[in-house]
Amino acid sequence: MILRYTFQRLLMLIPVSFSISVVIFMIVYLLPGDPIDNLLRVGSSPEDRAELVAQYGLDRNLVVQYFVWIGNMFQGEFGQAIVLRRPVADLVAQNLPYSLTLGGLAFLFSSTVGMALGTISAIVRHPLLDRFMRGFILLGSTVPGFWLALLLILFFSVNLGWFPVSGAGGWKSLVLPVLTIGFGGVALVARVTRVALLDAQREDFVTLLHAKGLSSRTILFRHLMPHALLPVVTILALRIGWILGGAVTVEFVFGRPGLGSLLIRALGQRDYPVVQACLLMLALAVMLGTLIGDVAQASMDPRIREKKS
Amino acid sequence: MLNVRDLGVAFGAVQPLSGVSFAVGKGETLGIVGESGSGKSLTAMSVMGLLPLSGGRITGGTVEFDGQDLTKLPERAYRKLRGGRIGLITQNPMTSLDPLQKIGPQVDDVAKLHLGLSDKAARDRTEEILGTLRIPEPALICERYPHQMSGGMKQRIVIAMALAADPDVLIADEPTTALDVTVQAQIIRLLDDLVKERDLALVLITHDMSVVAQTCDKVVVMYAGRAVEHGPVEAIFDRPRHPYTQALIACIPRGLDEATRLTGIEGTVPTVVNYPSGCPFHPRCPRAEAICTTARPDFSVEGDSAAACHFAEVADAQPA
Repeated sequence: MILRYTFQRLLMLIPVSFSISVVIFMIVYLLPGDPIDNLLRVGSSPEDRAELVAQYGLDRNLVVQYFVWIGNMFQGEFGQAIVLRRPVADLVAQNLPYSLTLGGLAFLFSSTVGMALGTISAIVRHPLLDRFMRGFILLGSTVPGFWLALLLILFFSVNLGWFPVSGAGGWKSLVLPVLTIGFGGVALVARVTRVALLDAQREDFVTLLHAKGLSSRTILFRHLMPHALLPVVTILALRIGWILGGAVTVEFVFGRPGLGSLLIRALGQRDYPVVQACLLMLALAVMLGTLIGDVAQASMDPRIREKKS
Repeated sequence: MLNVRDLGVAFGAVQPLSGVSFAVGKGETLGIVGESGSGKSLTAMSVMGLLPLSGGRITGGTVEFDGQDLTKLPERAYRKLRGGRIGLITQNPMTSLDPLQKIGPQVDDVAKLHLGLSDKAARDRTEEILGTLRIPEPALICERYPHQMSGGMKQRIVIAMALAADPDVLIADEPTTALDVTVQAQIIRLLDDLVKERDLALVLITHDMSVVAQTCDKVVVMYAGRAVEHGPVEAIFDRPRHPYTQALIACIPRGLDEATRLTGIEGTVPTVVNYPSGCPFHPRCPRAEAICTTARPDFSVEGDSAAACHFAEVADAQPA
């Protein structure tokens, strides 16, 4: 049953992917500026320009361009980066691992620490802890990543000298970026876990669980946690895509390679093929995240499994 | 078996329940009746020792079960009684079961916990109990999820959970309120049979006087967090002495005659924060006089029954 559900979800991704590809393709053309301008030497003639435009196929009809592009995508052919003059696939392959490591660690950090903090604050109802948690959650969800990154660099790298200021060499250079991205996630996950647990505690069936003579701990881990996990899984799934894309500014501040830095650089240079490939990657990550979240939820909740299959 | 004396409950500064007393023995059914908000469910929660869940605490009185006072029982020992010797049946079967778990494990838990049975033995027991509750194909039902079953079926599952460890006392808190009328009758009959077959002591909380008349041996009538009248069911129905009891009985629909209109009691139950002074029922009482607004009436005992009304003796003379 869960396989069937997964298959249905996958089918639904086809129209979504199509719309996304059109949007990504079009968005780039709506941007002002032109990569050809970056390639031309000062004083080039209009003929030189037209030749370059034709070389990259930019003189053809938009619809034709779209289908050529999407056709190439399907064959794993991402084209040549116009400004960087290298295959886009190489650029992506070079940068993606950095993003995945950073994103994966930040995801792991925010989900484990967030769920632990949320659970603790839901069961230990101490006014002081409560106030601390609320302050922490407020900070976590409002402090911008790039600013937090700067503060962390100032404190841990410049003052204490524990971690490198920037770069991507070894685990030490990962600590601060992971903390930066994870911080907001921890706060978000902690909040959702906390609220979900408190909501679950108020459900009618909890009374009956106590009436069965089960201990509070058994009730928490065997009955309340699965309920609380449902919304947490949704949030986490949405964050999979967000973390990859949201790492953009953080990668930039820490001077790390990655999909985000690549995207920002390509955007500045109007390097269409690179921008498109990066956006496509990020959109794919969001879609995959949503898919994983939906399937995880369905495997946990029999009601969802049945409603949609 | 179960003997509650002068029970009082408080949530912070408010005291929604006070001076509630009743006793129920093996093979006996005690009805607790009253409108919504009269403190019936609170009484059930107090006996189960589950008040702390909602932030309440017992402020006075005793809950004596099998010779020991439960109000002084430590939580660990209390857990052995809950589900083990005292079973609870809750109001709304639609929300009483964990929606994420199959029926089987939810019932198995009780026997595993209190009788120390293995997974396999507990499942056998579950299927056997489901069978005695007239649930068709117990083995199949065990593999179902709660949302795949009807309300009546779910209530039987809840009853099965309450019975799984062979308890001495069963507390049923409005077990039929959320069910269809036809199913209501089945569940009530089922409970009635169980009391006789298993020699259970049943505390049946309801607002349905006709259910009380059919099944109970004794009744406690509650109003605004207090017991206002109690006694054997025949005595209460033949000669109700408290005006509130009289009003409740007058509300029972009789027959299907179209001419008889459904009646209710004028006014509404007071909320905890504005319980009236004196006799709590005086604002709605047809017989209230000056004394009722100031002095709380004591129980006027007559035979096995007692009514807390200043005019209980006078009421004797008047037919309900």
